[in-house]
Amino acid sequence: MKEFKVTPIRNGTVIDHITVGMALKVLRIIGVKEDVSSTVSVLIHVPSKKQGWKDIVKIEDRELDPKELDRIALISPDATINIIRDYNVAEKFIVAVPGSVKGIMKCSNPGCITNKSEPVEPEFVVESKKPITLRCVYCDRVTTDIAENII
Amino acid sequence: MSEGFKGMDVVSIRDFSREQIEHVLKLAEKMVPIAKGDERSILLEGKILGSLFFEPSTRTRLSFNAAMTRLGGRTLGFDALQGSSVSKGETLADTVRMVDSYSDVIVLRHTQEGAARLAAHFADKPIINAGDGAGQHPTQTMLDLFTIRKAKKKIEGNHVVVVGDLKYGRTVHSLSEALAMFGAELTFVAPPTLQMPKEHLRRIESMGLKPKITGDLEQAVKDADVLYVTRIQKERFPDPAEYQKVEGAYRIDLNLLKDAKDDLIIMHPLPRIGEIDPSVDSTDHAMYFEQAFNGVPVRMALLALVLGASR
Repeated sequence: MKEFKVTPIRNGTVIDHITVGMALKVLRIIGVKEDVSSTVSVLIHVPSKKQGWKDIVKIEDRELDPKELDRIALISPDATINIIRDYNVAEKFIVAVPGSVKGIMKCSNPGCITNKSEPVEPEFVVESKKPITLRCVYCDRVTTDIAENII
Repeated sequence: MSEGFKGMDVVSIRDFSREQIEHVLKLAEKMVPIAKGDERSILLEGKILGSLFFEPSTRTRLSFNAAMTRLGGRTLGFDALQGSSVSKGETLADTVRMVDSYSDVIVLRHTQEGAARLAAHFADKPIINAGDGAGQHPTQTMLDLFTIRKAKKKIEGNHVVVVGDLKYGRTVHSLSEALAMFGAELTFVAPPTLQMPKEHLRRIESMGLKPKITGDLEQAVKDADVLYVTRIQKERFPDPAEYQKVEGAYRIDLNLLKDAKDDLIIMHPLPRIGEIDPSVDSTDHAMYFEQAFNGVPVRMALLALVLGASR
């Protein structure tokens, strides 16, 4: 079982231990679309010693910034980030669920003032980390449906 | 204590501790003779209240106006969108920033939830939330607490039965949480589709209270100290068919009250549309008109505190 399904990358980011089923949402969160200029590999439903099953995303020639990492933590709190430079793991860390979230998702309440054309970024307080529960700072609406509301 | 209140925004009842609410209620008690016009005050002379009502209101708007006027202050603002820049598409943020420069304190009622928090973000002067959509209405909660405390001497230990639209009714969400904080016993009476949302129940239970949930008003009234009635609000229903199903589900009349405690008080945030039969008005149970008056001293107390004029 020690064969490579996807070959190692030279430079870029490997997002490992993504909650199974979340890989495509991770791509959406980090803004990987048709216009991406490097190779992106997505592995869905991969055996994992820790989780049973997991997803993996490999993005060549790109290192993610912390704001993007926070977004991943919201839908996949156990994901690990490996920054690869010249085939070596230069940095490795687990994404951290932030205490508050600003500007990366919209409020699930259609009646919330932040869903109108007001000059504010939606802002949330993380009420619980398992399951991840966010409360809108403006209208107090509580949501666990994070992936659906990512901007 | 006034140090903590000066400049404070009154957005949600959750921003207040029990001690702070008690302080407001005590000060409101002292404001009653001024609110009734028996005594005169110039406590807020020279101060201007910016009153922004993006949604219709009678009691809340007039009682804020009365509160400010009774304390010697003035009010400016609008209560209809026609003729204001809002009708031209101005953002709330811009309207608030403008009024912030014309007044010392702003009272805001808006159709969108979270509007008051947003206003507080853009204004330097204190914002008082006078209701934001289906969200918070903290001054209503304070005047409700004031009314119960005045009639029953204390809030703690009273059995409060809340009936009506518990799903969409903004007053009942904040009130129930505040009553739980004060240690009142709660029963929620509503048709299943309009019962208290789980999120609010969880919050109440987290304060160590186990509210009773029922559809049986007759049974609940027998043991009640306070009966809090709310209107089933047509304008909050996304689906008119859902409204028609529950319209007129509960009606308070003399027959329902025959087994009630003698000192039961009946409250209603008003306006009522047939929930309470007019024959109840002349009984000692009826507290809703006094409750409406209590909005004046409570709002006087809050205005005086956030403007730093009272301790």
